Amino acid sequence: MEIPYTVEPRPDTGLFNAKVGIWLFLASEVMLFGALFSSYILLRVGATAWPHGLLNVPIGTFNTAVLITSSITMVLAWANMKMGNPSRSRVYLGITVLCGFAFLGVKSKEYYDKYVHYEVRLVDGRVLDGHIKASPDFKINKFKAESGKITIEAENDLKANPGESMADAKERLLSAKQRYQHHHEEVEVEASQIRWISNYMPWHSPYFAIYFTLTGLHALHVIGGMIVLSYFWFQNRTMGRTQTERYTNRLEVGGLFWHFVDLVWIFLFPVLYLL
Amino acid sequence: MSAHSHDDVRKHLKLYIGVFLALLVGTAITVYAWTWHFESVAVTVAVALFIACIKAFLVAGYFMHLMSERKTIYAILLTTVFFFAGLMYLIVWSRDEMPRGTYWHDHGPASAVKSIQ
Repeated sequence: MEIPYTVEPRPDTGLFNAKVGIWLFLASEVMLFGALFSSYILLRVGATAWPHGLLNVPIGTFNTAVLITSSITMVLAWANMKMGNPSRSRVYLGITVLCGFAFLGVKSKEYYDKYVHYEVRLVDGRVLDGHIKASPDFKINKFKAESGKITIEAENDLKANPGESMADAKERLLSAKQRYQHHHEEVEVEASQIRWISNYMPWHSPYFAIYFTLTGLHALHVIGGMIVLSYFWFQNRTMGRTQTERYTNRLEVGGLFWHFVDLVWIFLFPVLYLL
Repeated sequence: MSAHSHDDVRKHLKLYIGVFLALLVGTAITVYAWTWHFESVAVTVAVALFIACIKAFLVAGYFMHLMSERKTIYAILLTTVFFFAGLMYLIVWSRDEMPRGTYWHDHGPASAVKSIQ
Protein backbone atom coordinates (compact mmCIF):
# COMPACT_ATOMS: atom_id res chain seq x y z
CA MET A 1 0.00 0.00 0.00
CA GLU A 2 1.33 3.42 -0.92
CA ILE A 3 1.56 6.08 1.76
CA PRO A 4 -0.82 8.89 0.73
CA TYR A 5 0.10 12.57 0.38
CA THR A 6 3.89 12.24 0.49
CA VAL A 7 4.22 14.54 -2.53
CA GLU A 8 0.86 16.03 -3.47
CA PRO A 9 -0.87 18.23 -0.86
CA ARG A 10 -3.82 16.86 1.08
CA PRO A 11 -6.96 18.75 -0.04
CA ASP A 12 -8.14 19.79 3.44
CA THR A 13 -4.77 20.99 4.86
CA GLY A 14 -3.13 22.06 1.61
CA LEU A 15 0.09 20.37 2.79
CA PHE A 16 1.80 17.01 2.40
CA ASN A 17 1.20 14.89 5.50
CA ALA A 18 4.74 14.80 6.85
CA LYS A 19 4.80 18.58 7.10
CA VAL A 20 1.70 18.69 9.31
CA GLY A 21 3.25 15.85 11.32
CA ILE A 22 6.56 17.61 11.92
CA TRP A 23 4.84 20.85 12.96
CA LEU A 24 2.68 18.94 15.47
CA PHE A 25 5.85 17.29 16.77
CA LEU A 26 7.61 20.66 17.02
CA ALA A 27 4.62 22.03 18.95
CA SER A 28 5.14 19.27 21.54
CA GLU A 29 8.85 20.09 21.59
CA VAL A 30 8.08 23.74 22.37
CA MET A 31 6.15 22.57 25.43
CA LEU A 32 8.98 20.20 26.48
CA PHE A 33 11.65 22.90 26.34
CA GLY A 34 9.14 25.43 27.71
CA ALA A 35 8.68 23.30 30.83
CA LEU A 36 12.45 23.17 31.35
CA PHE A 37 12.81 26.91 30.73
CA SER A 38 10.13 27.60 33.36
CA SER A 39 12.02 25.27 35.75
CA TYR A 40 15.13 27.35 35.07
CA ILE A 41 13.26 30.57 35.89
CA LEU A 42 11.86 29.11 39.13
CA LEU A 43 15.29 27.82 40.20
CA ARG A 44 16.90 31.13 39.38
CA VAL A 45 14.45 33.45 41.12
CA GLY A 46 14.50 31.16 44.17
CA ALA A 47 18.29 31.17 44.45
CA THR A 48 20.17 33.39 46.90
CA ALA A 49 22.97 33.78 44.34
CA TRP A 50 23.31 32.58 40.76
CA PRO A 51 26.76 31.65 39.44
CA HIS A 52 28.26 33.87 36.74
CA GLY A 53 31.30 33.39 34.54
CA LEU A 54 31.48 29.61 34.94
CA LEU A 55 30.95 28.93 31.24
CA ASN A 56 33.31 29.94 28.47
CA VAL A 57 31.56 32.68 26.45
CA PRO A 58 33.89 32.63 23.38
CA ILE A 59 33.38 28.85 23.08
CA GLY A 60 29.60 29.27 23.45
CA THR A 61 29.65 32.03 20.82
CA PHE A 62 31.62 29.78 18.47
CA ASN A 63 29.09 26.98 18.92
CA THR A 64 26.23 29.41 18.22
CA ALA A 65 27.94 30.43 14.97
CA VAL A 66 28.39 26.73 14.08
CA LEU A 67 24.67 26.03 14.53
CA ILE A 68 23.67 29.14 12.56
CA THR A 69 26.01 28.03 9.76
CA SER A 70 24.42 24.58 9.82
CA SER A 71 21.01 26.21 9.43
CA ILE A 72 21.98 28.12 6.28
CA THR A 73 23.61 25.03 4.75
CA MET A 74 20.42 23.08 5.55
CA VAL A 75 18.33 25.70 3.71
CA LEU A 76 20.77 25.62 0.79
CA ALA A 77 20.58 21.80 0.65
CA TRP A 78 16.78 22.02 0.32
CA ALA A 79 16.93 24.99 -2.11
CA ASN A 80 19.37 23.14 -4.39
CA MET A 81 17.04 20.14 -4.54
CA LYS A 82 14.24 22.52 -5.52
CA MET A 83 16.48 24.02 -8.23
CA GLY A 84 17.38 20.61 -9.60
CA ASN A 85 20.95 20.36 -8.24
CA PRO A 86 20.97 17.15 -6.16
CA SER A 87 24.78 16.89 -6.15
CA ARG A 88 25.20 20.37 -4.70
CA SER A 89 22.39 19.65 -2.24
CA ARG A 90 24.35 16.60 -1.04
CA VAL A 91 27.43 18.74 -0.39
CA TYR A 92 25.43 21.26 1.69
CA LEU A 93 23.72 18.44 3.59
CA GLY A 94 27.15 16.94 4.34
CA ILE A 95 28.37 20.30 5.68
CA THR A 96 25.26 20.51 7.89
CA VAL A 97 26.04 17.12 9.45
CA LEU A 98 29.70 18.09 9.90
CA CYS A 99 28.59 21.26 11.70
CA GLY A 100 26.56 18.99 14.00
CA PHE A 101 29.72 16.99 14.76
CA ALA A 102 31.65 20.22 15.41
CA PHE A 103 28.93 21.45 17.80
CA LEU A 104 28.91 18.17 19.73
CA GLY A 105 32.73 18.05 19.83
CA VAL A 106 32.91 21.51 21.39
CA LYS A 107 30.07 20.65 23.79
CA SER A 108 31.88 17.47 24.89
CA LYS A 109 35.01 19.53 25.59
CA GLU A 110 32.92 21.92 27.69
CA TYR A 111 31.38 19.00 29.62
CA TYR A 112 34.84 17.52 30.24
CA ASP A 113 36.15 20.86 31.53
CA LYS A 114 33.32 20.96 34.05
CA TYR A 115 34.01 17.33 35.05
CA VAL A 116 37.61 18.15 36.03
CA HIS A 117 36.80 21.53 37.61
CA TYR A 118 36.19 21.45 41.38
CA GLU A 119 34.79 23.75 44.03
CA VAL A 120 36.34 23.20 47.46
CA ARG A 121 35.03 24.73 50.69
CA LEU A 122 37.54 24.59 53.54
CA VAL A 123 36.98 24.28 57.28
CA ASP A 124 38.58 27.70 57.83
CA GLY A 125 35.91 29.33 55.62
CA ARG A 126 37.95 29.76 52.41
CA VAL A 127 36.33 28.66 49.18
CA LEU A 128 38.44 27.78 46.12
CA ASP A 129 37.77 26.51 42.63
CA GLY A 130 39.90 25.15 39.82
CA HIS A 131 41.48 21.98 38.53
CA ILE A 132 42.80 19.57 41.14
CA LYS A 133 45.63 17.06 41.33
CA ALA A 134 44.71 14.39 43.85
CA SER A 135 47.03 12.05 45.76
CA PRO A 136 46.43 8.33 44.97
CA ASP A 137 44.70 7.75 48.31
CA PHE A 138 42.36 10.74 47.95
CA LYS A 139 38.71 9.68 48.34
CA ILE A 140 35.44 11.63 48.16
CA ASN A 141 32.17 10.33 49.63
CA LYS A 142 29.01 12.45 49.29
CA PHE A 143 30.82 15.82 49.05
CA LYS A 144 33.17 14.91 51.93
CA ALA A 145 36.89 14.22 51.51
CA GLU A 146 37.76 11.08 53.47
CA SER A 147 41.51 10.65 53.01
CA GLY A 148 44.58 11.89 51.12
CA LYS A 149 45.25 15.39 49.87
CA ILE A 150 44.80 17.54 46.78
CA THR A 151 46.59 20.36 45.01
CA ILE A 152 44.19 22.95 43.58
CA GLU A 153 45.21 25.17 40.70
CA ALA A 154 42.94 27.88 42.12
CA GLU A 155 41.16 30.21 39.73
CA ASN A 156 39.38 31.81 42.69
CA ASP A 157 40.42 31.77 46.34
CA LEU A 158 37.98 33.69 48.52
CA LYS A 159 37.69 34.26 52.25
CA ALA A 160 34.07 33.26 52.75
CA ASN A 161 31.83 32.42 55.67
CA PRO A 162 32.06 28.78 56.82
CA GLY A 163 30.17 26.55 54.40
CA GLU A 164 29.36 29.40 52.01
CA SER A 165 29.35 28.46 48.32
CA MET A 166 31.57 30.11 45.72
CA ALA A 167 28.54 31.73 44.06
CA ASP A 168 27.27 33.17 47.36
CA ALA A 169 30.73 34.41 48.33
CA LYS A 170 31.26 36.07 44.95
CA GLU A 171 27.86 37.72 45.14
CA ARG A 172 28.69 39.11 48.58
CA LEU A 173 32.37 39.96 48.22
CA LEU A 174 33.25 40.90 44.71
CA SER A 175 32.33 43.66 42.32
CA ALA A 176 31.31 42.64 38.81
CA LYS A 177 34.74 43.63 37.51
CA GLN A 178 36.65 41.50 40.00
CA ARG A 179 34.32 38.56 39.50
CA TYR A 180 36.08 37.26 36.42
CA GLN A 181 39.70 37.54 37.60
CA HIS A 182 41.57 34.24 37.50
CA HIS A 183 44.62 33.62 39.69
CA HIS A 184 45.89 30.08 38.96
CA GLU A 185 47.85 29.72 42.20
CA GLU A 186 48.54 26.21 43.47
CA VAL A 187 47.15 25.44 46.92
CA GLU A 188 47.77 22.15 48.76
CA VAL A 189 44.94 20.94 51.00
CA GLU A 190 44.62 17.92 53.31
CA ALA A 191 41.34 15.95 53.36
CA SER A 192 40.75 16.97 56.99
CA GLN A 193 40.74 20.66 55.97
CA ILE A 194 37.93 20.13 53.41
CA ARG A 195 34.37 20.81 54.52
CA TRP A 196 32.72 20.23 51.11
CA ILE A 197 34.03 19.28 47.65
CA SER A 198 32.37 18.72 44.28
CA ASN A 199 33.18 18.98 40.62
CA TYR A 200 30.97 21.15 38.38
CA MET A 201 28.52 18.39 37.50
CA PRO A 202 24.70 18.31 37.90
CA TRP A 203 24.90 17.38 41.59
CA HIS A 204 27.01 20.49 42.36
CA SER A 205 24.15 23.01 42.37
CA PRO A 206 20.75 23.86 40.83
CA TYR A 207 22.64 25.93 38.21
CA PHE A 208 24.60 22.96 36.90
CA ALA A 209 21.58 20.65 37.26
CA ILE A 210 19.53 22.82 34.91
CA TYR A 211 22.56 23.58 32.67
CA PHE A 212 23.23 19.88 32.04
CA THR A 213 19.52 19.06 31.69
CA LEU A 214 18.89 21.78 29.10
CA THR A 215 22.10 21.40 27.10
CA GLY A 216 22.01 17.58 27.40
CA LEU A 217 18.47 17.43 26.01
CA HIS A 218 19.46 19.87 23.28
CA ALA A 219 22.53 17.75 22.42
CA LEU A 220 20.27 14.67 22.15
CA HIS A 221 18.19 16.61 19.62
CA VAL A 222 21.34 17.50 17.67
CA ILE A 223 22.31 13.80 17.61
CA GLY A 224 18.79 12.81 16.48
CA GLY A 225 18.86 15.43 13.73
CA MET A 226 22.30 14.30 12.58
CA ILE A 227 21.15 10.66 12.32
CA VAL A 228 18.17 11.65 10.15
CA LEU A 229 20.16 14.07 7.97
CA SER A 230 22.96 11.50 7.50
CA TYR A 231 20.32 9.01 6.32
CA PHE A 232 19.05 11.62 3.85
CA TRP A 233 22.65 12.23 2.71
CA PHE A 234 22.91 8.57 1.70
CA GLN A 235 19.41 8.67 0.14
CA ASN A 236 20.45 11.61 -2.05
CA ARG A 237 22.05 9.25 -4.61
CA THR A 238 19.03 6.95 -4.72
CA MET A 239 15.69 8.50 -3.85
CA GLY A 240 17.11 11.99 -4.50
CA ARG A 241 17.54 11.07 -8.18
CA THR A 242 14.50 8.82 -8.73
CA GLN A 243 11.77 10.40 -6.56
CA THR A 244 13.05 13.94 -6.45
CA GLU A 245 9.91 15.65 -5.12
CA ARG A 246 9.36 13.13 -2.37
CA TYR A 247 13.02 13.38 -1.34
CA THR A 248 12.85 17.20 -1.37
CA ASN A 249 9.83 17.07 0.94
CA ARG A 250 11.74 14.76 3.28
CA LEU A 251 14.61 17.24 3.29
CA GLU A 252 12.21 20.07 4.11
CA VAL A 253 10.78 18.15 7.08
CA GLY A 254 14.26 17.21 8.36
CA GLY A 255 15.30 20.81 7.87
CA LEU A 256 12.38 22.12 9.94
CA PHE A 257 13.54 19.94 12.85
CA TRP A 258 17.14 21.08 12.41
CA HIS A 259 16.13 24.77 12.40
CA PHE A 260 14.10 24.18 15.56
CA VAL A 261 17.22 22.79 17.25
CA ASP A 262 19.06 25.97 16.19
CA LEU A 263 16.16 28.09 17.48
CA VAL A 264 16.30 26.47 20.93
CA TRP A 265 20.05 27.15 21.12
CA ILE A 266 19.44 30.82 20.27
CA PHE A 267 17.66 31.08 23.64
CA LEU A 268 19.89 28.66 25.56
CA PHE A 269 23.08 30.57 24.75
CA PRO A 270 22.21 33.92 26.40
CA VAL A 271 20.22 32.31 29.21
CA LEU A 272 22.98 29.93 30.33
CA TYR A 273 26.19 31.66 29.23
CA LEU A 274 25.51 35.36 29.56
CA LEU A 275 22.71 36.12 32.06
CA MET B 1 6.24 28.15 1.97
CA SER B 2 4.38 25.14 0.77
CA ALA B 3 4.40 25.63 -2.99
CA HIS B 4 7.84 26.90 -3.96
CA SER B 5 8.59 27.05 -7.64
CA HIS B 6 12.20 26.73 -8.84
CA ASP B 7 12.29 30.44 -9.70
CA ASP B 8 10.89 31.42 -6.28
CA VAL B 9 13.66 29.48 -4.56
CA ARG B 10 16.33 31.01 -6.80
CA LYS B 11 15.05 34.51 -5.94
CA HIS B 12 15.13 33.71 -2.22
CA LEU B 13 18.77 32.57 -2.13
CA LYS B 14 20.10 36.09 -1.47
CA LEU B 15 17.49 36.53 1.26
CA TYR B 16 18.66 33.33 2.99
CA ILE B 17 22.26 34.54 2.92
CA GLY B 18 21.12 37.92 4.28
CA VAL B 19 19.28 36.20 7.15
CA PHE B 20 22.39 34.10 7.89
CA LEU B 21 24.55 37.24 8.13
CA ALA B 22 21.92 38.98 10.28
CA LEU B 23 21.96 35.99 12.67
CA LEU B 24 25.75 36.20 12.99
CA VAL B 25 25.56 39.95 13.62
CA GLY B 26 22.77 39.33 16.19
CA THR B 27 25.03 36.85 18.01
CA ALA B 28 27.89 39.37 18.03
CA ILE B 29 25.57 42.08 19.41
CA THR B 30 24.30 39.70 22.14
CA VAL B 31 27.87 39.03 23.30
CA TYR B 32 28.83 42.71 23.02
CA ALA B 33 25.73 43.75 25.03
CA TRP B 34 26.79 41.27 27.74
CA THR B 35 29.93 43.39 28.37
CA TRP B 36 27.85 46.51 29.12
CA HIS B 37 26.99 45.35 32.71
CA PHE B 38 23.64 47.07 33.25
CA GLU B 39 22.82 47.90 36.87
CA SER B 40 19.35 46.37 36.54
CA VAL B 41 19.03 42.60 36.08
CA ALA B 42 15.65 43.18 34.40
CA VAL B 43 17.26 45.38 31.71
CA THR B 44 20.05 42.81 31.13
CA VAL B 45 17.50 40.01 30.71
CA ALA B 46 15.25 42.17 28.50
CA VAL B 47 18.12 43.15 26.14
CA ALA B 48 19.39 39.55 25.82
CA LEU B 49 15.90 38.10 25.24
CA PHE B 50 14.94 40.89 22.81
CA ILE B 51 17.92 40.07 20.57
CA ALA B 52 17.22 36.33 20.94
CA CYS B 53 13.59 36.91 19.91
CA ILE B 54 14.66 38.80 16.77
CA LYS B 55 17.04 35.95 15.87
CA ALA B 56 14.30 33.39 16.54
CA PHE B 57 11.94 35.38 14.31
CA LEU B 58 14.50 35.31 11.49
CA VAL B 59 15.05 31.54 11.78
CA ALA B 60 11.34 30.72 12.08
CA GLY B 61 10.17 33.29 9.54
CA TYR B 62 12.66 32.66 6.75
CA PHE B 63 14.53 29.38 7.28
CA MET B 64 11.37 27.59 8.46
CA HIS B 65 9.26 29.51 5.92
CA LEU B 66 6.69 30.70 8.46
CA MET B 67 6.38 34.04 6.66
CA SER B 68 4.34 32.36 3.95
CA GLU B 69 2.79 29.20 5.37
CA ARG B 70 -0.61 27.53 5.16
CA LYS B 71 -3.37 28.26 7.69
CA THR B 72 -3.08 24.73 9.13
CA ILE B 73 0.44 25.45 10.35
CA TYR B 74 -0.58 28.81 11.83
CA ALA B 75 -3.47 27.08 13.65
CA ILE B 76 -1.05 24.53 15.16
CA LEU B 77 1.30 27.30 16.24
CA LEU B 78 -1.46 29.45 17.68
CA THR B 79 -2.53 26.54 19.89
CA THR B 80 1.10 26.08 20.94
CA VAL B 81 1.46 29.78 21.79
CA PHE B 82 -1.72 29.58 23.93
CA PHE B 83 -0.44 26.62 25.97
CA PHE B 84 3.11 27.99 26.15
CA ALA B 85 1.78 31.29 27.50
CA GLY B 86 -0.26 29.31 30.07
CA LEU B 87 2.85 27.38 31.08
CA MET B 88 4.81 30.59 31.57
CA TYR B 89 1.92 32.14 33.52
CA LEU B 90 2.23 29.26 36.00
CA ILE B 91 5.53 30.81 37.08
CA VAL B 92 3.84 34.11 37.90
CA TRP B 93 1.01 32.22 39.57
CA SER B 94 3.47 30.33 41.78
CA ARG B 95 5.09 33.57 42.97
CA ASP B 96 3.44 33.35 46.40
CA GLU B 97 3.51 29.56 46.54
CA MET B 98 7.25 28.96 46.86
CA PRO B 99 8.40 25.84 48.72
CA ARG B 100 9.20 26.32 52.41
CA GLY B 101 12.64 27.86 52.93
CA THR B 102 12.89 29.33 49.43
CA TYR B 103 11.89 32.78 48.28
CA TRP B 104 11.85 35.05 45.25
CA HIS B 105 15.19 36.80 45.00
CA ASP B 106 13.74 40.31 45.20
CA HIS B 107 11.92 39.41 48.44
CA GLY B 108 15.18 38.68 50.28
CA PRO B 109 15.85 36.24 53.14
CA ALA B 110 13.88 38.29 55.66
CA SER B 111 10.57 37.59 53.96
CA ALA B 112 11.47 33.89 53.70
CA VAL B 113 11.95 33.71 57.45
CA LYS B 114 8.65 35.52 57.89
CA SER B 115 6.84 33.09 55.62
CA ILE B 116 8.21 30.08 57.56
CA GLN B 117 7.02 31.56 60.86
